[in-house]
Amino acid sequence: MAVVFILAFVAVASVLFHLLSPWWWTPIASNWQYIDNTIIITFWITGFVFVAVVLFVAYCVLRFRHKPGNRAHYEPENRKLEFWLATVTTIGVVAMLAPGLFVWDRFVNVPSDATEVEVVGQQWLWSFRLPGANGKLGTSETSDVTAENPLGVNKNDSAGLDDIIIQGGELHLPIGKPVKMVLRSIDVLHDFYVPEFRAKMDMVPGMVTYFWITPTRTGTFEVLCAELCGVGHPQMRGTVVVDNEADYQTWLQQQQTFTQMMAASGEPQTAQ
Amino acid sequence: MVNIPSSINDPIPAAEVEDVELYHPHSWWTTYVFSQDAKVIAIQYSLTAISIGLVALVLSWLMRLQLAFPGVFTFIDADRYYQFITMHGMIMVIYLLTALFLGGFGNYLIPLMLGARDMVFPYANMLSYWIYLLAVLVLVAGFFVPGGPTGAGWTLYPPQAVLSGTPGGQDWGIILMLSSLILFIIGFTMGGLNYVVTVLQGRARGMTLMRMPLTIWGIFTATVMALLAFPALFVASVMMLFDRVLGTSFFMPAIVEMGTQLQHGGGSPILFQHLFWFFGHPEVYIVALPAFGIVSDLISVHARKNIFGYRMMVWAIVIIGALSFVVWAHHMYVSGMNPNFGFFFATTTLIIAVPTAIKVYNWVLTLWRGDIHLTIPMLFALGFIVTFVNGGLTGLFLGNVVVDVPLSDTMFVVAHFHMVMGVAPIMVIFGAIYHWYPKITGRMLNETMGRIHFWVTFLGAYLIFFPMHYLGLLGAPRRYYELGESVVNPPSAHDLNIFITMMALTVGAAQVLFLFNAAWSLRHGKDAGGNPWRATTLEWQTPTTPPPHGNFGKELPVVYRWAYDYSVPGAPEDFIPQNEPDPENRSREHAS
Amino acid sequence: MSAILIFLAGLASIIIWWMAQQRLTSKPWLESARASDIFPVTRSQIPTVKIGLGVFLAVVGALFTLFISAYFMRMGLQDWWAIPLPGVLWVNTAALVVSSIALEMAKSSAQQNDANAMKIALLASFVTAIGFLAGQLFAWHELVSEGYVLADNPANSFFYLITGMHGLHILGGLLVLSRTTFNVWQGEPPKEARLSIELCAMYWHFMLIVWLVIFALFAGWANDFVDICRQLLT
Repeated sequence: MAVVFILAFVAVASVLFHLLSPWWWTPIASNWQYIDNTIIITFWITGFVFVAVVLFVAYCVLRFRHKPGNRAHYEPENRKLEFWLATVTTIGVVAMLAPGLFVWDRFVNVPSDATEVEVVGQQWLWSFRLPGANGKLGTSETSDVTAENPLGVNKNDSAGLDDIIIQGGELHLPIGKPVKMVLRSIDVLHDFYVPEFRAKMDMVPGMVTYFWITPTRTGTFEVLCAELCGVGHPQMRGTVVVDNEADYQTWLQQQQTFTQMMAASGEPQTAQ
Repeated sequence: MVNIPSSINDPIPAAEVEDVELYHPHSWWTTYVFSQDAKVIAIQYSLTAISIGLVALVLSWLMRLQLAFPGVFTFIDADRYYQFITMHGMIMVIYLLTALFLGGFGNYLIPLMLGARDMVFPYANMLSYWIYLLAVLVLVAGFFVPGGPTGAGWTLYPPQAVLSGTPGGQDWGIILMLSSLILFIIGFTMGGLNYVVTVLQGRARGMTLMRMPLTIWGIFTATVMALLAFPALFVASVMMLFDRVLGTSFFMPAIVEMGTQLQHGGGSPILFQHLFWFFGHPEVYIVALPAFGIVSDLISVHARKNIFGYRMMVWAIVIIGALSFVVWAHHMYVSGMNPNFGFFFATTTLIIAVPTAIKVYNWVLTLWRGDIHLTIPMLFALGFIVTFVNGGLTGLFLGNVVVDVPLSDTMFVVAHFHMVMGVAPIMVIFGAIYHWYPKITGRMLNETMGRIHFWVTFLGAYLIFFPMHYLGLLGAPRRYYELGESVVNPPSAHDLNIFITMMALTVGAAQVLFLFNAAWSLRHGKDAGGNPWRATTLEWQTPTTPPPHGNFGKELPVVYRWAYDYSVPGAPEDFIPQNEPDPENRSREHAS
Repeated sequence: MSAILIFLAGLASIIIWWMAQQRLTSKPWLESARASDIFPVTRSQIPTVKIGLGVFLAVVGALFTLFISAYFMRMGLQDWWAIPLPGVLWVNTAALVVSSIALEMAKSSAQQNDANAMKIALLASFVTAIGFLAGQLFAWHELVSEGYVLADNPANSFFYLITGMHGLHILGGLLVLSRTTFNVWQGEPPKEARLSIELCAMYWHFMLIVWLVIFALFAGWANDFVDICRQLLT
């Protein structure tokens, strides 16, 4: 009897824990409400299956546990039952997969009006680069990285001269506008992770990766690194601030461009 | 080697294989140490795997102490924490679970359950163990070299794994880890060839594939997969070793490390991830399939009922094995690979859910209208169903590409894979040990200690990992030495961490009781007899218990029926052993 | 990773073919038997060691295919300069082909019970195989002296890695072949030597195929072949 009781208790307590738990996701601050919805659908379907299976097991133990003189029923298989169970399972799986793929399609296709913002990871620091007046990011190479040019921006690419460079500081984003986060690393794998944005992606040295979001809520958010990057991994924090348009412009005016940065470090530039 | 020329229609000869063909040991050394007897090798594998597993268990305690009480235990600094994480993961997945299921249970059960005298290549089988032991020693040597073992995480992702920002990256740690893996794979291949070819060629007369117990199906399929998947890890390890030692750039792009340009260029870290997970995902099923097989047999024996839908169970094992080779990149949804792969891999991953679900249904339908004996193996089997269903269902979150995006690299992942690949298979391992210990030693394990062990382990492990999912949902990233002040680490989450640590220590302590039970029962356990569970399969029909070298004495068994003739209507007993023929005057009519 | 998937698909079709003969759709609970019933033999007539070697070669095949997969993936990325192939590789290829043919001749003379021919063919195979290994070392030496060192460029690294791995496998095979050759020259009759010669031949032919594939890979023909396939598909 104890077995039956405990099994049933595990099922019921798990559901209660889910409903009453104080640990739930952070309030969302981006357009990826879809992801949260897909998770909720998945919770419903999987939660139902879990409770059904465990309660069924508990019932079997209650009903069919050994008593002297008992003998098990003999039934090698039941094709019809197995067929129906497989069908129902397939429907459940499709109900989870279809919305998932639909949302993934949105996730990988960046809207054409998204502005690019580059995030560069290194042990153990976040840097950012925003396009300047020309609206374009210049090219960059890890092999161009020097003490004066920490992001390896290509000095011979005129598109990059007006890029705005923020090393180790806060990143500001305007609310309501789609942003394509262009991700780069100059040493090891990192992962730009803002829990409230839901979206994230690894940054791989030698590659440029991306994801996109539209910030939907102003506020200050913490950036964490979500890919093990050495002993300093937990210390690799940063800050993203989502501003309204006016605040954003004010902030933007105060940032230095690549040209100003190079001038400040006294290195002559070689623009074409 | 066992080779008998015989034509298809030979009547059954009395004794097909004389036992003179085996290499019988002549001294203490060749009986207990350099033994070629699969059963001795199985015990050597198991004891080595459990010993190194205990090291990994202690490492997990240290990690949990750090997470619950950051800063209190000063000897656990960030370097050590990452070394503990890495060694814990690698030991548990490869050196404990893989070695124990295939090297341990595979060696013990394949010849016995198939009615063979031994493995087909006993010498290679012996070498397999000794190379495995060498691999374990090389791994452990990491703790004693300057710089300590590697702290790159068990996935060993480059470039980080071979750089100085990671413990052991520019010291001996990573070199020893990769060398140990290479040795393990060489050793495993020798054993794996044995397991596969023994199933193909060593079966007793009458043991058709569809009469094999599901345990053998699980181990057989898992071994085939392991033989084909481990080369990927081998290739990745050799290439990374070249990068680290000889300065090549297979996985190393241009890198600026702490302000210095390194002498590497053009390599691809993603290439390593593809190779690693091409091994790593089948590896999950290499552990899971033997567990599936064994638990099927435990449920069937202790519910006194044939496994429901045997054919479907066999097909599901084979299909899961095949599909698991085309899902590897679901570990890489946020790795930066071409995001369009996500559509393909999410679909294949969720397709695997269907055969897996069928297996679960068939386990619980075996209980339906059974005669359930709540023995300790049965309790562990029930524990497996609960934890496996739980862990399998959370896999549907992570396999569904877009849901994986917020959850990847959080504690949700940690909770998921511990539940499905840690707790669930270990439930089966314990169930199997309680089930076969009487055959291995001739004595029963103590029942009271066993019950305490089960309840503490099952409930404790569930209480560790079920709430942990919610830390991940909250957003807490994994592999953090300390989370500190953060929106994803409110005070309540910290309290939960303390609770989880307490549970981890409790579950760990319960294993001491199990070890004591195993040692104590060796002398003081109840005498088991040859077939204490009244089971049908051949290992319970040996003339003596524990079985001697050669397993079956003078005559090999002949198999007349499948492995699941329990509670057959009209039969005098509720089980009919596989080597018992039908009466001459009766043909079978009970089946519909 | 497409190379390894194609390789596995090939293996899968062999496995499916084998399984199709195992009556996996039968209902085993209906098939219990009486002691007087006639039983099918469960094992194959092929010698067990041969099956063992076959399984092992599948593993070796997977290993080399994975190296090739990695090669293709890396080749697609930047800064790849193909390595020039030393002419001696043609001689080496010829040596390995001769070695394989000699073993095949040793096999057939063993089957025909011709001890002398068997002895000479085995020795020829052994000597040419050593010639192959020496030639490979010479090719490495030549490349290094021309400045194509291991860590210089990924194409170089792959060349040394894959040819080295192949050489190690040949070396392992040579240990077995030397034992077989030694036994035969010690007077082992063809009847008893036959199985071990057959195993050597099987392994040797397989390693020859592996060599031809990787040779084609480094010579660039494999890429042309892949390009043609791509064009056919699009």
